[in-house]
Amino acid sequence: MIIKVNGKEQEIGKNEISVYELLMENNVGRPDMVSIQLNGKFVDKDELQTTLVKDKDEVDYLYFMGGG
Amino acid sequence: MNLSEEQIERYSRHIILADVGPEGQEAILHGKVLIVGAGGLGSPAALYLAAAGVGTIGLIDNDEVDLTNLQRQIIHATPDLNKPKVLSAKEKIEKLNPDVETVIYRERITSENIMGIIQEYDFLIDGTDNFPTKFLINDACVFAQKSFSHGGVLRFKGQTMTYTPGNACYRCVFRSPPPKDAVPSCSQAGILGSIAGILGTIQATEALKYLIGKGHLLTNRVLTFDAMQMEFRTVNIERDHRCPICGDNPTIKELSDEEQPVCDLKQ
Repeated sequence: MIIKVNGKEQEIGKNEISVYELLMENNVGRPDMVSIQLNGKFVDKDELQTTLVKDKDEVDYLYFMGGG
Repeated sequence: MNLSEEQIERYSRHIILADVGPEGQEAILHGKVLIVGAGGLGSPAALYLAAAGVGTIGLIDNDEVDLTNLQRQIIHATPDLNKPKVLSAKEKIEKLNPDVETVIYRERITSENIMGIIQEYDFLIDGTDNFPTKFLINDACVFAQKSFSHGGVLRFKGQTMTYTPGNACYRCVFRSPPPKDAVPSCSQAGILGSIAGILGTIQATEALKYLIGKGHLLTNRVLTFDAMQMEFRTVNIERDHRCPICGDNPTIKELSDEEQPVCDLKQ
């Protein structure tokens, strides 16, 4: 399937993948340093394993940035 | 207020803009903006707002100018070392533009003092360097129905969004401060000085747009940029009905000071 991550197309060799698996695939490392939108809706941290990303879905990572 | 001849000349490049004009400039001259943090973001924001003629600029910061600040905090200069940042900034603002009244608060912003301070202002700029204060500013602005610009920078990247009452707030995006060791600070990870300039200047632009009431603010969007790729991107967001402060059933009903992480300069 092909999804969009941060606006860029990405090919995934499966028909669906959990948000958590996608984070690992994208080397995000720790889920607690990022806020995740799936098709414009925020995914709760306790739903990362159960929320599935499917073909043509759009995922955005918004990272914490605390510097000023 | 009627613009004086000197003001008409000083602000002529604003006044000839159809979307500013004399009315917009007068709105700027009547405007009151609070800048929280006179550092990397607050420096360029304060300088541009002062040059623009914002009538009252409030500055709150408890730190002194440190040598490690000068690589990016452009309102301060080498002779200002060890001077309170708010005093150093006030001096520059007053030299730049005598139309501006600068109000300084040489203290840390806390759950105790924030509501009293922000009620004096039309718009806030978050130029702080730590998450607890970023969340405190958000929560206070939601409670007080004040608009503000969030900003954060790290390494070669920046992020900003604007909150106005009824639109998505910072907690809609980020529920609560990250665990202490999850996200590095600028002193740990570094920051290219000009990145703070880009972001603080965007925040100043939002404040000016808010004062003149023109254009589309960065509400319900998060702007992120990566200077290494020189890519800017806006991600649309929505007010989250599950948000703990601005959602339908808020669980946060009063302000609190969450643990202050170490994010300072001399490490």
